[in-house]
Amino acid sequence: MLLIHCPYCGERPEIEFRHKGEAHIVRPENPAVSSDIEWTEFLYFRHNPKGPHAERWYHTHGCGRFFNAQRDTGTDRFLKTYRTDETP
Amino acid sequence: MIQPFRTQIGGLVERWNAIRFTFDGRALIGFKGDTLASALLANGIFLVGRSVKYHRPRGILAAGSEEPNALVRIVRGHGRDTPNLRATQIEIYEGLAAVSQNNFPSLAFDLGAIARLGEKFLLAGFYYKTFMPSLVAWKKLFEPAIRHAAGLGRAPIGEDPDQYANRYAHCDVLIIGAGPAGLAAARAAAATGVRVILCDEQAQMGGSLLADSDTDIEGRPARDWVASLLRDLYRHENIILLPRTTAFGYYADNFVALAERRTDHQSASSYPRERLWQVRAKEVVLATGAIERPLVFPNNDRPGIMLADAARVYLNRYAVRPGTTAIVLAAHDSGYRAALDLHAAGIPIALIADPRETTYNPWVQRAQKAGIRVAAGTEPVNTFGHLRVHTLQTRHGASGTIETHHADLILMAGGWTPTVHLFSQSRGRLRFDEQLGAHVPDISVQRERSAGACRGLFDLNATLEDGHRAGAEAATTSGAASWSHATIPTTIIPIMTGTAALPITGRHAFVDFQNDVTISDIQLALREGFRSVEHVKRYTATGMATDQGKLSNVNTLAVMAQATNRAVADLGLTSFRPPYTPVTFGTLAGLSRGALFDPIRTTPLHTQEAAEGAMFENIGAWKRARYFPKPGEDLHTAVIRECRTVRETVGLFDASTLGKIDVSGPDAALFLDRLYATPLRNLSPGKSRYSIMLTEAGFVMDDGIVARLSETNFHVTTTTGGAARVLAHMEDYLQTEWPWMQVWLTSITEQFAVIALQGPRARDVLQPFLNAIDLASLPHMGVRDFRLCGIPVRLFRVSFTGEIGFEINIPADDGPIVWAQLREAVAGQGGCAYGMETMHVLRAEKGFFIVGQETDGTVIPDDLGFGALGHAKLDFVGKRSLALPHMRAPGRLRLVGLLTEDGTTKLEEGAQITAEARPPPGTKSLGHVTSSYTSAALGRPIALALLANGRTRIGETLNIPMPTGSVVVHVVSPVFIDPEGTRAYG
Ligand SMILES: [Zn+2]
Repeated sequence: MLLIHCPYCGERPEIEFRHKGEAHIVRPENPAVSSDIEWTEFLYFRHNPKGPHAERWYHTHGCGRFFNAQRDTGTDRFLKTYRTDETP
Repeated sequence: MIQPFRTQIGGLVERWNAIRFTFDGRALIGFKGDTLASALLANGIFLVGRSVKYHRPRGILAAGSEEPNALVRIVRGHGRDTPNLRATQIEIYEGLAAVSQNNFPSLAFDLGAIARLGEKFLLAGFYYKTFMPSLVAWKKLFEPAIRHAAGLGRAPIGEDPDQYANRYAHCDVLIIGAGPAGLAAARAAAATGVRVILCDEQAQMGGSLLADSDTDIEGRPARDWVASLLRDLYRHENIILLPRTTAFGYYADNFVALAERRTDHQSASSYPRERLWQVRAKEVVLATGAIERPLVFPNNDRPGIMLADAARVYLNRYAVRPGTTAIVLAAHDSGYRAALDLHAAGIPIALIADPRETTYNPWVQRAQKAGIRVAAGTEPVNTFGHLRVHTLQTRHGASGTIETHHADLILMAGGWTPTVHLFSQSRGRLRFDEQLGAHVPDISVQRERSAGACRGLFDLNATLEDGHRAGAEAATTSGAASWSHATIPTTIIPIMTGTAALPITGRHAFVDFQNDVTISDIQLALREGFRSVEHVKRYTATGMATDQGKLSNVNTLAVMAQATNRAVADLGLTSFRPPYTPVTFGTLAGLSRGALFDPIRTTPLHTQEAAEGAMFENIGAWKRARYFPKPGEDLHTAVIRECRTVRETVGLFDASTLGKIDVSGPDAALFLDRLYATPLRNLSPGKSRYSIMLTEAGFVMDDGIVARLSETNFHVTTTTGGAARVLAHMEDYLQTEWPWMQVWLTSITEQFAVIALQGPRARDVLQPFLNAIDLASLPHMGVRDFRLCGIPVRLFRVSFTGEIGFEINIPADDGPIVWAQLREAVAGQGGCAYGMETMHVLRAEKGFFIVGQETDGTVIPDDLGFGALGHAKLDFVGKRSLALPHMRAPGRLRLVGLLTEDGTTKLEEGAQITAEARPPPGTKSLGHVTSSYTSAALGRPIALALLANGRTRIGETLNIPMPTGSVVVHVVSPVFIDPEGTRAYG
């Protein structure tokens, strides 16, 4: 079971968290002006690299905060975690 | 009763403490400190089991957890019976009853073996070849026969009455294994003051030192050194010592699972039987030792053939003579050590056969000096003896001379395999050491280090020093100040070398004893084209038994290497997976059993509903009242009565499970307006609106009532099942998309009991409780805070039945008082309490959809008749997706009503809809039934359905093909009663 460093709570076991998909995908400010293709890419297209990957995590059984993480999907190691208002 | 094979002196057993036990019903005596295996050997019992496929007689092969043959069932009465326990790990206790497995009718006379059942068809790949082409043959012919004849022990019947405990622990240094390396590590780590946990799978800590007869460590005999070191460690406050505790799984971030066996060594106990430790360690020291390898040669599996060091353990530690005359097959010097110990105890050694062409070796000289014949360059080629070995044939490699020898104990010293299971589980990389002929740890991935034999150090001096270093280093890395090297002087003769003994091909040359895999099986797999060790493993099942190939993995590689002319190092190695040894379900489940397995949520009104005679059903974790039968009523009649009562007078319903979220802050209105498809910004305080929430992809996710209490405060309800999901969805958007919004979200689901009052007399019930206020002034969808029976309540005027309705939110603890008062008033109006079933019927009569029943993650508002929802809004979550072409394409499934033509058949939910009565195979369904009930108001069954282009099909006649024949249905509007919706406004 992984130890995940919540930027607000510190290290906590994996079972307290939910994985919430790829990070840094910003909802368009005005969706109405997005083309169908742009919008479907925003909705459905995600990276799936082997190696470092930016992810969203939700400390659901803890502080209830969303935060971001850089995780190496090859080794399952967290490289760093940071608040949503911080840059990686 | 005498124990014929017990030595006169020596050993660690308590000779003054006789223990009575039985094996297959036979009464026997052993001593405290014995394992079942040592006690059986002391009584001259070597035959303990039958092999799984071929039913060959099998004896005790090892002395530790690697034992593949001596699996027994311990009988403690139904739910406590445990199969497949290794006799080498069972401590005997007064009254222990052990039974051998896998034999019929008895151990010595087994029908399966006589019929040679196995050999005919249980070759490698047998399962795949036989069963893949013909499942019928498997089911009818083979499975019953095999299940009867083969397999390991029987699972116990009856519930397990024992308790199991669970503990989470954190420590600086976890040391796994309390042999010489582990003990030295523990002493070094504990001395620095860091928190240490030391665990060992055996009852006694000390590992290989417990079987030592002649070595001094730091000036005292090895066992005394162990005892005094342990006494010191027990005095340390910062160390936890866990004997009888197996570290069975090494997971990410130094999370290690231990299984502690607390009571299996006692006749009876009130303690939990086993305890699961979930340890998070800053540093881990692996001191897991090594396992001796058997030799692979024809008929190497007869009872009486044993690992050399196991014989030494039985002799020195358990005071047992494992045979009367022994032959040692020594591919490694440790065989000589065993031979010399046995010889010193008076067991004649007929021969030491050494496959090595030995030139100079002090061990050979010692053996010869003791008068033992050593045959160099000599390998075993066959054995004889049915229930116990009596003859060995050897061949001198150079001359080819075959010799025949007689002995009832043949010891195999095939070298040592470092126990790298946990290291490998930690994702550490292994390397094949040619000199050792085994894999050793190479590159660590986690914060762990291996010490002693588990990394290939077989010299005691080096092991002790290595253990000290590992313990001290781990302590320093985890936070202790500093450490220094230490040598722990011993008197051992340190030369210990060996060679990788080559497998000797022939019939019945077993590689994997527990799964009955022979050299021939592996050769067959290779001939059939399997090359990868992972494939050979699966095809032959070698290494896949409950011992996970502790004895067979390296020999499998040796056989493959020999047959394919490849180097063992190039073959790779199969993965080691948890658990190291089998773990009981009880340990893993811990307290999560029975009522604690899946916690039950009850509403604040549960007791009142139970008193009312409610029949409950499970909705997620909730218990909800399904219906309230009166005497003599079944579900159907009760629901018809409840429905009629609500439509005619008034009904009382527990709606407490609805999710409730308090949304507060200056931007609360804007936030909700963006999250729900329904416009909410312009909602006035004191009003509420039925609202639909979409996913960003445009699909209906949840629905509920959004009530505005003030400019900045909303009370939002969600579906019962959606409560947590909706809150997480809201938090997601609030925290990550619109973090500038000033909004605070609080779950208030459990703060309120909710009573729904529905029916034309609802107001008559409620009005008398609200002296000052006229209920008529509360319009449909109005919200107000009141006092009811002196209790502050929040009153919603909402209807989910189509009748006049109220939902009263009461502080949870006061719910029962209000329920009691209202229940009486409802009765006074001729009303009743109703349950989930009636609620469902009443809403279906009105065509109200239920999220998860009419919706399935592909349904958009327009499909449900909410096509105009949110049109005027600039943006909300899901809006852009609704404009995508496929959302507006023709053919979408729309919500409709269905009435069966015969007026009596109730459709099945999930049934498919077609145009034809007898659609040919492959016909695409037009949709499906989502809800189906008997309507009291209409006096006939009704159904809701999702139907392709449904709204334009109203008036059509379609079919529901069922196994018993097609049901003709008419497509109608989903609203069956009061289509104008006037009743709720009355
Ligand atoms: Zn947190």
